[in-house]
Amino acid sequence: MKRPIFLFFIIILLAIVAVFFVYPKFPQPFNWLEKKLPWKLGLDLVGGTHLIYEIDMNQVAGVDRDSVISGLRDVIEKRVNLFGVAEPSIVTAKEGDNYRLIVELAGIKDVKEAVNQIGSTPLLEFYETSAVGTSTQFIPTNLTGRYLKGSQIDFDQTTGAPQIALQFNDEGAKIFEEITGRNVDKLVCVSIDRQINDNDCATVQEKISGGRAQITGRFTPEEAKRIVSRFNAGALPAPINLISQQLVGASLGQESLKKAIYGGLIGTLAVMVFMIIYYRTRGIFASLALLIYTALTLAILKLFSATMTLSGIAGFILSIGMAVDANILIFERTKEEIKKGLTKISAIEEGFKRAWPSIRDSNVSTIITSLILYFFTTSFVKGFALTLLIGVLVSMFSAITITRTMMRVFVKK
Amino acid sequence: MNLIKYRYIFFFISTVLTIASIAAVFIYGLKPGIDFTGGTLWQISATQIDINEIKDFFEQNLNVKNATIYPEAESQSYLIKLGHISEEEHQSYLATLNYKFGQIEEMRYEAIGPAIGKELKGKAVWAIILVILGISLYVAYAFRKVSYPVKSWKYGIITLITLFHDVIVSVGALALLGWKFGVELDTKFIVALLVIIGFSVHDTIVVFDRIRENLLLDRGRKDLKEIINDSVRQTFARSVNTSLTLVLTLLALFFYGPLTLKYFVLLIMTGTIIGTYSSIFIASPSLLFFRNK
Repeated sequence: MKRPIFLFFIIILLAIVAVFFVYPKFPQPFNWLEKKLPWKLGLDLVGGTHLIYEIDMNQVAGVDRDSVISGLRDVIEKRVNLFGVAEPSIVTAKEGDNYRLIVELAGIKDVKEAVNQIGSTPLLEFYETSAVGTSTQFIPTNLTGRYLKGSQIDFDQTTGAPQIALQFNDEGAKIFEEITGRNVDKLVCVSIDRQINDNDCATVQEKISGGRAQITGRFTPEEAKRIVSRFNAGALPAPINLISQQLVGASLGQESLKKAIYGGLIGTLAVMVFMIIYYRTRGIFASLALLIYTALTLAILKLFSATMTLSGIAGFILSIGMAVDANILIFERTKEEIKKGLTKISAIEEGFKRAWPSIRDSNVSTIITSLILYFFTTSFVKGFALTLLIGVLVSMFSAITITRTMMRVFVKK
Repeated sequence: MNLIKYRYIFFFISTVLTIASIAAVFIYGLKPGIDFTGGTLWQISATQIDINEIKDFFEQNLNVKNATIYPEAESQSYLIKLGHISEEEHQSYLATLNYKFGQIEEMRYEAIGPAIGKELKGKAVWAIILVILGISLYVAYAFRKVSYPVKSWKYGIITLITLFHDVIVSVGALALLGWKFGVELDTKFIVALLVIIGFSVHDTIVVFDRIRENLLLDRGRKDLKEIINDSVRQTFARSVNTSLTLVLTLLALFFYGPLTLKYFVLLIMTGTIIGTYSSIFIASPSLLFFRNK
């Protein structure tokens, strides 16, 4: 049998590349690589806040919902960028009939302020009125903040009081024209965050084209300024409700990360020591294969820019414990073949060949479990399932190909 | 090692374990976690504060009656479990705590609304159903061949019985942990359970694979008892060593890993050990009961 020296060097080269890719610590002048290849770490490891909002779609027609959602996402993104969070993640999701907005803010200190800013982004609505007896009834119109193009602060020419000038986009201008058209001599009101003050209502004199409106009267200059800047970031096209919140302090996150890596290292070391004590020379090959396995799996996870969470690291460490399973199957089989009277070399080859069906079968159930976990559950579980799945798949390759190549190269005839 | 000779001892042990586990679930119950019921989990660092002070504070100053408070010695903090509270309440509690005890650090805060809880519960139930279904289909597929002297579907049934045995004992262990340390039935535990299911099955399959291989080799020459004994002996080292390497990594995580994963790891470890035990000592001897007469 030829010794596959070429393949062996390729594996070693691959492993070295993987190690530097996973842990790019270089001396000057190459240390910039470290910044170019950062790990994506989950909130539970760097500290941060995970917020889930329910979007109230009661007032939004079915066909408009998609545009409302994307508008909402954009608005909140601008809002979040205002308080300078590195790489915020804002995604929308549909759960049954409910629409959700999920906001992840890493490493933020003042969560209270963040939650306030996101939630209270002003909700702008226009109402028609009709008199019912002596009281006034407010009827919401379909003109809302999502048709807003921009706003600016103005001051009343005579009183000098601050007011907010609104400019609608084309669609909004048309709706505003319709609303004012059918409400001549009636009150039309504008509300911010569902509050209507008397001086937010005005009697329409005539149909207004061009899409300009004003909110007057009730602001201090500072208030007006704040509201304008929020409007320009965008008013919320639909109300949102905070229904779930998770916060992990930065120190707990870093502590968790440190401990998870430490625990993983000790676990790997323990497995290697056990393999070497029990299987001697073959154990050394299995241990080396395990190290290469670790580097390759981490490199693959990083290549796909998978976010590493605490549960993800747990899944990976679990896969380290399972990775040598294939080697154990092969070595036990090899022992039996030696007992049957085969030479060492052919016993090893036979062991690899005969153990394959068992290796495949024993990994299938873990693969089934992790696939189902990945596709049918939530984020805590997804991270775990992904690393476990990738780990098991890589281990099937590494325990067989890598160990066999090393043994073919090094075992004496 | 003559496994078959002592099989009744193992059956007895497993029966006792199973009954004890079911009893533990009935006596101590399973506490559903906040991710299934909705609620609040709050962890605050508090180096100088006595637990009773915190308890009194929540009951009297904040007028929260249903708070459960556990100290977590290792990180010098307290875990506080409350019903679902709003963000305003959270901020006002935090401000009051800060005022009373000086600057405390908020290590973790999870507030899960009832709607999300219901949803997570639904997803967990689905995941369990799908995993059991998927694994059963796989077991049926794995044992589609070889039917003498044990019908192939019977291997499948035994695999599933040992699977339930492992699951019941693991749930019993959770009930005990819940009673002793307040461990809850939450998403993490469901994941642990599903990992245990996968592991339990693959261990059993490897032993059964060997039995079937030997049945083909030794057909007519040895009786079933002898073949089972041989097969278990041949796969024994593999079964034990595989679990052992997994247990080694789990032990490392349990002792040195992050606190939040401690019980998750402990449960997977329990399931792994039970799964290995049952595939060696329960699954294989059970074949004798199912032998074609």
